[in-house]
Amino acid sequence: MRNMLIAAAATGVMLLGGGAARADCGIASGTVSILSNDFDALRVLADEAKACASPTVKVTANQTAAHKNLQVPALTADPAEYTVAFVANNSISPLLGAGLIRPLDDLIVKYGQQLQPNQLIKVGGKTMAIAFDANSQHLFYRKDIFDKAGLAAPRSYEDVLAAAKAIKDKGLLQYPLAAADKPGWDLGAEFVNMYLGYGGSFFEPGSAKLAINNDKGLSTLAMMKDLTHYMAPDFLSYDADEIKAVYMSGKVAMMDGWGSYAGAVIDPKGPDPEVAKGTVLAAAPTVGGGTTPAASLWWDGFTIAKHISDADAETSFRVMMHAMRPEVAATHPDTAPWLIKGFKPGAAAIGVIATATDGAKPYPMLPYMGLLHTALSNEIGAYLQGNKDAIKTLADIEAAYDASAKQGGYLKD
Amino acid sequence: MRHRTFLAFILPSALAMLLFIALPIVSVAVQSLYVEPPKVLVTVQSCTPFACTDDVQVDERATAELRKKHPLGGFNGLGTYTDRAHLAFGEIAGILGQNTGFADTLGRIYNLPFYRALAFTLAYTFIVTPLAIMLGFSIALAVNAVPRAIKGPVIFVSLLPMIITPLIGSLMVYWMINSEGIIGATLQWLFDDPNLYLKASPTLTWIVIFLYGVWTNGPFSFIVFYAGLQTMPLDTLESAMIDGASRWERIRFVVIPHMSPLVTFVALVQLMDNFRVFEPIVGFNSQASATSLSYFIFSDLNGQFSQLFGSAAATSMLTIAGVVILLIPVLIRTWREFNRKAA
Repeated sequence: MRNMLIAAAATGVMLLGGGAARADCGIASGTVSILSNDFDALRVLADEAKACASPTVKVTANQTAAHKNLQVPALTADPAEYTVAFVANNSISPLLGAGLIRPLDDLIVKYGQQLQPNQLIKVGGKTMAIAFDANSQHLFYRKDIFDKAGLAAPRSYEDVLAAAKAIKDKGLLQYPLAAADKPGWDLGAEFVNMYLGYGGSFFEPGSAKLAINNDKGLSTLAMMKDLTHYMAPDFLSYDADEIKAVYMSGKVAMMDGWGSYAGAVIDPKGPDPEVAKGTVLAAAPTVGGGTTPAASLWWDGFTIAKHISDADAETSFRVMMHAMRPEVAATHPDTAPWLIKGFKPGAAAIGVIATATDGAKPYPMLPYMGLLHTALSNEIGAYLQGNKDAIKTLADIEAAYDASAKQGGYLKD
Repeated sequence: MRHRTFLAFILPSALAMLLFIALPIVSVAVQSLYVEPPKVLVTVQSCTPFACTDDVQVDERATAELRKKHPLGGFNGLGTYTDRAHLAFGEIAGILGQNTGFADTLGRIYNLPFYRALAFTLAYTFIVTPLAIMLGFSIALAVNAVPRAIKGPVIFVSLLPMIITPLIGSLMVYWMINSEGIIGATLQWLFDDPNLYLKASPTLTWIVIFLYGVWTNGPFSFIVFYAGLQTMPLDTLESAMIDGASRWERIRFVVIPHMSPLVTFVALVQLMDNFRVFEPIVGFNSQASATSLSYFIFSDLNGQFSQLFGSAAATSMLTIAGVVILLIPVLIRTWREFNRKAA
């Protein structure tokens, strides 16, 4: 009887120990709540973070595409509604501008041994965010169709146009091209990519004054329009998710798609194995004889709210370090091009890595870039429909941006 | 005494209306006179995984100081109302001062975002409202004539468009008119034109959204008119029949006059409803071809990470002004009828 009692007690201890080991992130207690956008890579990290939950450590995550509207009000509250906010190049600006996130340097010294220098997002010498993956739009094309048409791999947008014409003329596909040209967010992003490819800069140095009204802006618009001649006539109603679906259904031969879609597109178990097999992931093409790929590079990372207790900040940081450990990247190689230490890129990351090594520029991390992005999206649609010329379009973009930059307090009359 | 009872009776609702309708409108009106406080910008070095660059960032301390001093933001007076994103007085003056004719003037005014949104909003309101009323009225007449046994199911089916959430309804239609969808593909086949894309041209997009609007608004008119038909005095109808009036003449001279107060009511509600058209713009992804005032407010508040509250507030006030202007004729009519009955 006594032996049995001891055995039972031992089992109990073992069970407890086992339970602790399963959720063992080495954290005694605390509260972690995550606000993030909603796509595969972020879901993986949030799930890993939730694995740290225990009776004394509470971990929750709100993953929603509406995060951009929630983040500022939620982190302005004191105490903040979330302890961790996942951000990217553009979404970190409003948090920085309102002083809602805290420098992470002390926590990195204590708990961030696994981090590599290029993961640290530094602003004015302080580390304000930690990046975990990279992303960009790049070229997806169907090698099988290119072979049928006797075409070589496209390196520039001029090649893309020539290839599209050849594929159309040979009767292989009626509309060989797809790009996310829906006004809202996507259309603005296409302009940003192409304009960076022409080597343009968006603002006058050191100010919020717009500087796109130039030859590079005109060339950008002209190229965007030339490309639409090879797209389905309702190209203005497709966003990035929808062109991915169109591409995966085999209706087009080339698309300017997001690196984060590559895993699904080349998955041989996908809807059309022929598309998956024929797809080549290539760097974003150059344009106008330049050498910079017409794409913008993005990073995703996490920040920690300022208006929370230091203890919760510490817990949050440690939970995120646990979620970002090298094994996580190794188990999900095709989910994203991780920036995590020791990551060996999978087949799906080739396009993004090629775009980055070819020297693509990052999407500007500027507080008023979002206002320009909105102005671009709103004004370019009418141009692509043929309702106004390029010069007028650039003037309209500038006028629309000026009006909202004054509203936002970035420009004075 | 009668007045006091009346006052006591409506006091709770009047209070609630003051609290939840009037005060928020006042707050929005005040907000529309302000812009975000000026941001203090500094150039700092920022490093990302890709490169280190000198970037402009907001100096949060200095900006927070400014915000503390001016919590509402910078006073802009009516500046927001007259800027390019709203009534665009400066741009309009420029266009009126220098143009190459009427079409040019109109085209250039239409190019201004507020007027583009206003044009679609007005067109939607004035095309969809009467058509939806007519559709609702004819459904009501038809349902009134079907045998009792199948009336229930017929009413249920007629109400379906109203039961479906507008955003879902427009998404459904959107996918049906896609070139791969059942309607889009059928039309391509019928007209033997593989380049017929309903979503490609602004005109076709407008027509599709109008049709959708009629479809989704019809049931409301129907249910009101159907209720009205139940109050139809049968003896008047019967005497009209004895006088040899045809079915059409009975509708024209007996039913329609009986229903006219209801038409005023339905028109009032539908005008207000249609003037704030929003869901189809989102559902049909039609931002390039058609936007509305409500969509305009939405995009100010749902921008790329920065909300322009002043701009959204100004558009809201202009929308309220628009609704008031639209309703004036209907309200005058109601007032006259009221006076005539009272006299």
